Amino acid sequence: MSALISPPVSGGPGPVVGRLLRSRLAAALATPHGVDRYLERFNPMWTAHEVRARVVSVHRETSGDTATGSAPVATLTLQPTSTWRGHRAGQHVLVGVELPGSAKRHTRAFSISSAASAPGERFTLTIRAHDEGQVSSYLVREAQPGTLLHLSQAQGEFTLVESPATPTISRLLFITGGSGITPAMSMVRTLLRDGYDGHAGRRVTFLHFARSPEDQIFADELAEIAAADNGVDVHLRHGDQQFSEFELRRLVPDYRDTDTWLCGPAGLVELVKGAYADAAGELSPRLRMEFFKPAVARAASPGEVIEGEVSFTRSGASTAATGASLLEQAEELGLEPEFGCRMGICFSCTATLTAGTVRNVLTGEESSLSDEEIRICVTAAAGDCHIDL
Amino acid sequence: MSTDTLSPLADEKYHGLTAEQIDRLGTELDALRQRIIADLGEADAAYLRKVVTTQRTMEIAGRALFYLPVIGWLPAVACLSVSKILDNMEIGHNVMHGQYDFLGDPAFNSRMFDWDTVCPGEQWKYSHNYIHHTFTNIVGKDRDVGYGILRMDPDQKWHPYYLGNPLYAFLLMTFFEWGVALHDLEVENIVSGKRKLADNKPLYPGLMRKIRRQALKDYVLFPALTGPLFPLTFLGNATANLVRNVWAFNIIFCGHFPAGVASFSEEETANETRGQWYLRQMLGSANIRGSKLMHLMSGNLSHQIEHHLFPDLPARRYPEMAVEVQEICERYGLPYNTGRLRQQLFSVFKKIVRYSFPGGQAKAAPVRGPEAVIEDSLAA
Repeated sequence: MSALISPPVSGGPGPVVGRLLRSRLAAALATPHGVDRYLERFNPMWTAHEVRARVVSVHRETSGDTATGSAPVATLTLQPTSTWRGHRAGQHVLVGVELPGSAKRHTRAFSISSAASAPGERFTLTIRAHDEGQVSSYLVREAQPGTLLHLSQAQGEFTLVESPATPTISRLLFITGGSGITPAMSMVRTLLRDGYDGHAGRRVTFLHFARSPEDQIFADELAEIAAADNGVDVHLRHGDQQFSEFELRRLVPDYRDTDTWLCGPAGLVELVKGAYADAAGELSPRLRMEFFKPAVARAASPGEVIEGEVSFTRSGASTAATGASLLEQAEELGLEPEFGCRMGICFSCTATLTAGTVRNVLTGEESSLSDEEIRICVTAAAGDCHIDL
Repeated sequence: MSTDTLSPLADEKYHGLTAEQIDRLGTELDALRQRIIADLGEADAAYLRKVVTTQRTMEIAGRALFYLPVIGWLPAVACLSVSKILDNMEIGHNVMHGQYDFLGDPAFNSRMFDWDTVCPGEQWKYSHNYIHHTFTNIVGKDRDVGYGILRMDPDQKWHPYYLGNPLYAFLLMTFFEWGVALHDLEVENIVSGKRKLADNKPLYPGLMRKIRRQALKDYVLFPALTGPLFPLTFLGNATANLVRNVWAFNIIFCGHFPAGVASFSEEETANETRGQWYLRQMLGSANIRGSKLMHLMSGNLSHQIEHHLFPDLPARRYPEMAVEVQEICERYGLPYNTGRLRQQLFSVFKKIVRYSFPGGQAKAAPVRGPEAVIEDSLAA
């Protein structure tokens, strides 16, 4: 644990220089490109506004097992630039990496696994190398001390309401599955670091579901936490042991009135939501949830009739995919996205694909990268897809 | 001549090609486009980063050299001029076309990038990427034909105002960045009543902000930072902007206005097919032959023909595409307008002077189909 809360190692300019680089004068001199575009000529870890990080160390949590289909997990300790504003337990961060051989920067969200951090302080990401996840595979299998990552500031509202010692909360309950353990782990680590010991009559219940004991990450640390006299009950369930309302009631009789953090795969989330719904189907306001990316259906193969739903997430409109361009589909729904040439050359209609699969109608090329920018005038749905419009 | 052998389906506007031939040509160009897209990758990223490194280094060196009185001034102006030219041409113009969006790097994303001129990137993307590149050389629609100031085409009605054509061209060259910035206000359309003055209102804040920032940087802050050398640095920065203006104007005019470049009417281009769109781009642009350095400094707009066919592909690919495009042109009996810089400049200059007077030759579109190519080869 000590490595997780070590003091920041200053990689960048000092506070005075930092303030100067963030000044209006520096911005005016660097216009229109911005100060960071010049600083990066000298050292990528010198930034005035952007956040970057170097991998300090890589710790293998599980090595994965091809027989059971479980993927390896690694914890990366990151030294961010001094621009990092710190994070609250439970938050995630967008990580951009340039994958060797593709030249493209891919950006994905990962939960932070270490206790809440202060500005410029080191933190850790615990990442599972998904089979189809180029970024997670790269980070787990190939990232090394020194690897440079592009970061966002910490994001998300799935956080501890307060700490240290959560004075107004009498009980806390974490229900997690698979990789959903990471934000909950950050919260528990934060509580313990901040002096939470359970002696004020408050208790923490930690209920986690993993595919197998080999797949269980943080196993040693969780065993230590469970053994210590700290008011934290740890319950690990492996393999076929599914979540049941009956079991939950046995562990936490008044769970519906207990502050609960739920994070995991869709199946687990559905089961838990069932347990927290009253007769009218209304969810208990004490239940806080964080979803993984919405599951989207497989893309239709070329020539196959396209089936799927196009969701324009910002406007909340959706329609069945017809094979027409996304621009036309949006217009049919009465939306008025910006457009220009309507033939893919002017980029006026660029929008972000947040999930799902689309096909470029000019090239036939399919794409299912999340958070990819697409020209909606020459792009059609190739299955379910979500567009930020 | 080949006119007698033209099939009734042939389209005179498009050099006697039939609709079927035009479609085939479109398919060939699409295939070329596809091959390049499939090949985009690390080399393109590395190239862009190298050019950016060069530009930033030149800029920093230029700003620093102003601290050396007398001996530093000329090298400083040279460095800053090169920096501004690279920033505008090979980086700004091309990045804002979306050519490097595929990298996923916010620093080179068309939606976020802005360049070192007084024209806000946001406004330029509308008038250039959308209007100019969609309606290329359609008189009355493409406002880059004469930039709303000059008469560059016989189809533009003559007016005594155009007697000043050479003077306007000279002023536009000198103040090119300002011309590009004000271009978006469509002043000539306001004068003619096609656009209301109120339509420009949303453009003013962005324009003013950009002008203020550019002027503050080049004409106040950097000169002030050199202390007693203020006047020299001020003059140096103005000179670098002027050099960039003159160069950019010349490259762009050579790409669009040498002899032999065709223009089109709105009627002719209604309901255009993809093949016809490609043809219009090809017939409406011209290239400049020259060294690698010339291509770099022009942002590869010396390959204006390829740029107009494939405006969203990284410009560094245009030289290799040009070989194939030229071969396609030959096969279809189409002109491929290219020449040395001197040659193209002279041709543009002649046009500027010629069209300041009434009249002018009808559009350049000698009817030459594939048959003509065969005749030529027989004759040879």
